Amino acid sequence: MLQTLADTLVYDLLGLSAQSMLGAALNFFIYDSIKIFLMLSIIIFFVSILRSYFPAERTKKLLSHRRQFFGNIAAALLGIVTPFCSCSAVPVFIGFIESGVPLGITFSFLIASPMVNEVAVIMLWGLLGWKIMLIYIISGLVIAIIAGIIMGRLRLERFVQDYVYEMKLGENEIADQSLRERMEYAANYTRQILKKVGLYVIIAIAIGGFIHGYAPEDLLVQYAGRDSILAVPAAVLIGVPLYSNAAGIMPIITVLIQKGLSLGTALAFMMAVTALSFPEMIILRNVLKTPLLVIFVVILFISIMFTGYLFNFLM
Amino acid sequence: MKIEILGMGCAKCKDLYMAAEQAVQEVGIEAQINKVEDIKQIMQYGVMTTPALVIDGKVRAAGKVISKDEIKQML
Repeated sequence: MLQTLADTLVYDLLGLSAQSMLGAALNFFIYDSIKIFLMLSIIIFFVSILRSYFPAERTKKLLSHRRQFFGNIAAALLGIVTPFCSCSAVPVFIGFIESGVPLGITFSFLIASPMVNEVAVIMLWGLLGWKIMLIYIISGLVIAIIAGIIMGRLRLERFVQDYVYEMKLGENEIADQSLRERMEYAANYTRQILKKVGLYVIIAIAIGGFIHGYAPEDLLVQYAGRDSILAVPAAVLIGVPLYSNAAGIMPIITVLIQKGLSLGTALAFMMAVTALSFPEMIILRNVLKTPLLVIFVVILFISIMFTGYLFNFLM
Repeated sequence: MKIEILGMGCAKCKDLYMAAEQAVQEVGIEAQINKVEDIKQIMQYGVMTTPALVIDGKVRAAGKVISKDEIKQML
């Protein structure tokens, strides 16, 4: 239905030919922007209602004194549904540790939460289909679980800033919300997200449309095809400074895949953008001593690269 | 009345501070609005997600920027 709308607009009303580059680019742009905005509005609204049932305070209780492995799985899964912004990383970390959530399990949560974030996942779904979205979610969860288990095994507790262990969390009952309040919150949150990412999405889809219409099909095959060894680390390094811009990255990645960027490299790139965020590392420096922060970054780096090579090899 | 905005200085915390300021002005009551940026103090409120709004020592919202109108109702 959306395709018909885009076709009518571009080919009938504007009179552009479907074979012309401008026609193809414009059609792509209109179709994708409408689709992405519809998906973002509807899905974020419902996800926010679901999330309001999983505040960090409840997640913390669910994870406290859990055992390795099952605890890591639970933490990674809760990382998806618990509302989390990297600006809250420090209080969340302290709250978890203070209430007895093991360090490795805390890291599983801290990795999964930004990586499997709603905006990135919805855009992947809308642009590349549910299979690639699932591959992304599952590999993100596996990375969060394994990295958390490894970090738990390494017994790194001494590298947490000492004051963290001295913190006492005040008691606080957060009032229960009615469904109406949850819906109001969800509508509000959806509006905030759309306002925040809207412009990036439009610009990115426009650039995507341009590449789609004008660039040759095999543009990237030579440099970033599945056989290119250096493509994965290069993609990760490029991804790190692009933090928190998942919304603007996804449309461009999509067209690059159509132009020959291999899936593994694309996955590694997206994960570096969402999970290896530079400002979040600086924030985490407040609670982690340097050796632990370095170990955390290195383990994430290696897992993301491994995922990239694995999917380049498999697909 | 004492209003506190908890948060380590992120953009969202500033939004919440402004919303609280406007709400107080529009309701026209005497209220003192303070920013609490020290993590130790923030944790004492039992809050894990910022920004949070505290009115007279009670946490009224955490982890989200609530609107001016919602704050007005709380006042």
